[in-house]
Amino acid sequence: MEDLVLIFFSASVINNFTLTYFLGLCAFMGVTNRIDTAVRLGLANIFVLLITSLATWLLNTYVLVHAPYLSLISYIVVIAGAVQFVEMAIKKLSPTLFRALGIYLPLITTNCAILALALFQTSRGYGLAQGLVYALGAGVGLLLALVIMAGIREEVEMSPTSKLIRGTALSFFIAGMLSLAFMGFAGLFSKA
Amino acid sequence: MTHTPQPGSLAAQVLEAEREPFRGSKQTTLRGLIADGIFSKNPVFVLALSLCPAVAVTSEVTTALAMGLAVVFVLTFSNLCTSLLRRFIHPKVRLPAYIAIIATLVTMTQLLMSAYFPDLYQALGVYLALVVVFAIILARAEVFASKNSPLPAAVDGFGMGLGFLLALVVTAAVRELFGVGRLAGYPVFGADYPPILMIVLAPGGFITIGLLIALFRVVGQWRERRRAGPTTDVPAPAATGEVSHA
Repeated sequence: MEDLVLIFFSASVINNFTLTYFLGLCAFMGVTNRIDTAVRLGLANIFVLLITSLATWLLNTYVLVHAPYLSLISYIVVIAGAVQFVEMAIKKLSPTLFRALGIYLPLITTNCAILALALFQTSRGYGLAQGLVYALGAGVGLLLALVIMAGIREEVEMSPTSKLIRGTALSFFIAGMLSLAFMGFAGLFSKA
Repeated sequence: MTHTPQPGSLAAQVLEAEREPFRGSKQTTLRGLIADGIFSKNPVFVLALSLCPAVAVTSEVTTALAMGLAVVFVLTFSNLCTSLLRRFIHPKVRLPAYIAIIATLVTMTQLLMSAYFPDLYQALGVYLALVVVFAIILARAEVFASKNSPLPAAVDGFGMGLGFLLALVVTAAVRELFGVGRLAGYPVFGADYPPILMIVLAPGGFITIGLLIALFRVVGQWRERRRAGPTTDVPAPAATGEVSHA
């Protein structure tokens, strides 16, 4: 149990996927203009990460033990397929949830954070429960980063900034500051 | 066509026909494709695509160079394969097909690198595998390679890869030089240069890229003002941007 709590916090704040491992930056820079979109994107991310974790575990346990060199291809194909399938299922079963997640669900499949989760989970040898908790932690971390970033960018848009750095460059400066702040979490568990 | 003597020359003719549209201005077109990849459509600094590795592997010039070369390889051959297969891939399943091509090439790169350069393979870690989901590779397959013949497609992939490589190496050079006072491992500022850890760690990566994007924009504006006449095609970057999120 303690192990799972440690995995969760390690994935969400200490080794935040976006701000420490630089994963999912395309979405981080592209879609974080408003807080409500950021929240939806973050929730869809958590969802896809959990599916990915499950799919990865199944693949690792039943398929890839026989053909390890196929890992990349099978991860990406199975993840994309699973997300498509779940999208169709949600559309049929819960139109409200489908509208809430909207276009973000299919878009997330090519987010590097998703494939990275599959790879990290494999290289660290996580089992099913550990993998799911890791996915949840990573997802919460992404949500956190997205929402903070969107909040700051909403404010910055109102402020007078130089024309040269407006846009991507400024987003990178903000991300740098956030990353600096998240480095403060690094010593959270070492003394315990 | 009826009295073509040998199959060899027929193949040669087909090859010529493929190159036909580029015969008149072949040099400038192909060179233009490479220049586009490096300057006006630089994947990192202008299109802001594939940013994860641009920040992650650029704390040292050596790893950045290795990553860049891997991307040049994958991008050139994925464009080539996509272009060769463009008449056989059904439009409805094209994205999975492209991803399968790219994943195969990346797996090849991984196996080759782990066999011949195990140290670099260790240093790149998970980011080498993540080349599969680089938006820039899928974007070039979709936007360019699927509509063009093999030679320009491969050249376009090479140019884009080169632009990516340069962006990575420049970023890494800035970070390594000011972070630890070295360049590709060789001391530049002398041995007693106090290392600035922040530049080498994550925040420095973000901020350096931000500064370089701003710098690139200044240079780009200056270049455009200097030759206001021939404007490069504007819709291409927009189309690429759309694909990157798809």
